[in-house]
Amino acid sequence: MSIVTLTNVSKTYPSRTRDDAEVVAVDDVTLSIEKGDVFGIIGYSGAGKSTLVRLINALEPATGGTITVDDVDITSLRESELRKVRGGIGMIFQQFNLFASRSVKANIAYPLKLAGWSKADIEKRVAELLTFVGLADKAGAYPEQLSGGQKQRVGIARALATGPAILLADEATSALDPQTTHEVLDLLKRVNREQGVTIVVITHEMDVIQTIATKVAVMENGRVIEQGDVFDVFSAPQNPASQRFVGTVVKGIPSPSELGVLRERHRGRLVTFSFRDGDSSQAQVFLDLAAAGLDFELVYGGINDIRGRAFGHLTLAIRGDDAVIDRTLADIAQRVEVTEIAGEDAR
Amino acid sequence: MDRLNELWPELWTAALETLYMTTFALVLGGVLGLAIGVILYVTRPGGLAENRAVAVIANLGVNFFRPIPFVLFVAVAQPFARVVVGTGIGTTAGAFMIGLAAAFAIGRIVEQHLVSVPPGVIEAARSMGAGPWRILFSVAIPESLGPLILGYTFIVVALIDMTAMAGLIGGGGLGAFAQIYGFRQFEPVVMWTAIVLIVVFVHLVQMLGTRLARKVMRR
Repeated sequence: MSIVTLTNVSKTYPSRTRDDAEVVAVDDVTLSIEKGDVFGIIGYSGAGKSTLVRLINALEPATGGTITVDDVDITSLRESELRKVRGGIGMIFQQFNLFASRSVKANIAYPLKLAGWSKADIEKRVAELLTFVGLADKAGAYPEQLSGGQKQRVGIARALATGPAILLADEATSALDPQTTHEVLDLLKRVNREQGVTIVVITHEMDVIQTIATKVAVMENGRVIEQGDVFDVFSAPQNPASQRFVGTVVKGIPSPSELGVLRERHRGRLVTFSFRDGDSSQAQVFLDLAAAGLDFELVYGGINDIRGRAFGHLTLAIRGDDAVIDRTLADIAQRVEVTEIAGEDAR
Repeated sequence: MDRLNELWPELWTAALETLYMTTFALVLGGVLGLAIGVILYVTRPGGLAENRAVAVIANLGVNFFRPIPFVLFVAVAQPFARVVVGTGIGTTAGAFMIGLAAAFAIGRIVEQHLVSVPPGVIEAARSMGAGPWRILFSVAIPESLGPLILGYTFIVVALIDMTAMAGLIGGGGLGAFAQIYGFRQFEPVVMWTAIVLIVVFVHLVQMLGTRLARKVMRR
């Protein structure tokens, strides 16, 4: 069942000066987020991800299209009604955005006070949340006394306080080191699994999507250029623009500058083999090349693991008779995606 | 020194007048200034209750009144003081004018400190469903309370400075005392006694403000 649906949603900002064109931050986006999903939205900075996520809790009003949250069309609601909707959607931020003047406990209590909970209920709920995020001993501490990871855990506890069905995470781990990032992502996984909270994760880091997302949408210039199952989108992107994006975040595909170095160091034709879980094995490719009497070496590559399914790219420098290489590659190409990197010289 | 001994009752009265004018002006200017600052803050573009017309008027008002030198402000505000406090001269009229003049400066100080609350923190409160007034009183003001206290402390010092000019309209105070009995009668001891009293007063206020701000900011 879909819990958030965006249909042809746009967000344009009026031009600052008379000559400026208006700024299109989100351009005709249609997507559906299922209950229980961890839905990733990935893209370069400036792609419109942060604006898109703010449309879901109406921090920014959409300028076109419809957005339904829990079967309510929020684009038709008044500000006072939107406040209630926002109360039912948690949000965490890159800079944590904790109230520096309030203790950890008071930070988490804030949304509960807003929602009109009784003092006793607040007390109980805050204790419960502190235990859940593993900060029971920090109730009286102030944000400035906490590490980045601890701050984000307070942010998560605060966002979950009123028991929302949806949690929006806006670059929630981008200010954290890799170790802390994983602790926070593990916590988010638990939030999703144990409390059934649907999570929308905005990020520019492949690692984040790979670790927790079940579905992903790739954004560029305000548009969603590709969406679907995380494994499918990252192992075999369909759209040229998403291929370009995926190429920069997925391990194993050499960048143009790296290619230059590879070409200088290795003789022969550079060919990339892309493997997907379930395809013919790497071993078979190596056997085929060896059987054809070709000389080859592995010069670049990487294997990605997405929720237990692997895909990867291996680049080989192959030397031998050109006709034999062509024939062998054509043969392998029937089972594995083969991309010859153009521009090889005839050394 | 003998002269000073004769003047102790006058000095005591003057000190009380300064204290009274400063307190009166701080309460009046503080409340008015807080209101002006809040209006400037909430109506500014992208503010909690954005309103271009109100923002333009408030800014024009502040920018018009704030630069008027206090010596001239006293003259200009006299008719208004008569209407509000019933008299255009004396200690209360002086205190009233000081508070009024200070309100515009305080408004700017309040606005500046409110603006410095990180937008992300305001956004977090919005994302929890808080409305603009709730955000103002439960987030923006508490989050900037430490700097606000320091700002008000700074203003109190300026108010004490202004009380020295209240003598212009017969407001009395330590400033007028130093002028009349010290400066004009060539009694440096009398003058310096008044000055030292003012300095001590300022110092006490500054100490109190710093301590309070530190307590609020826990630093």
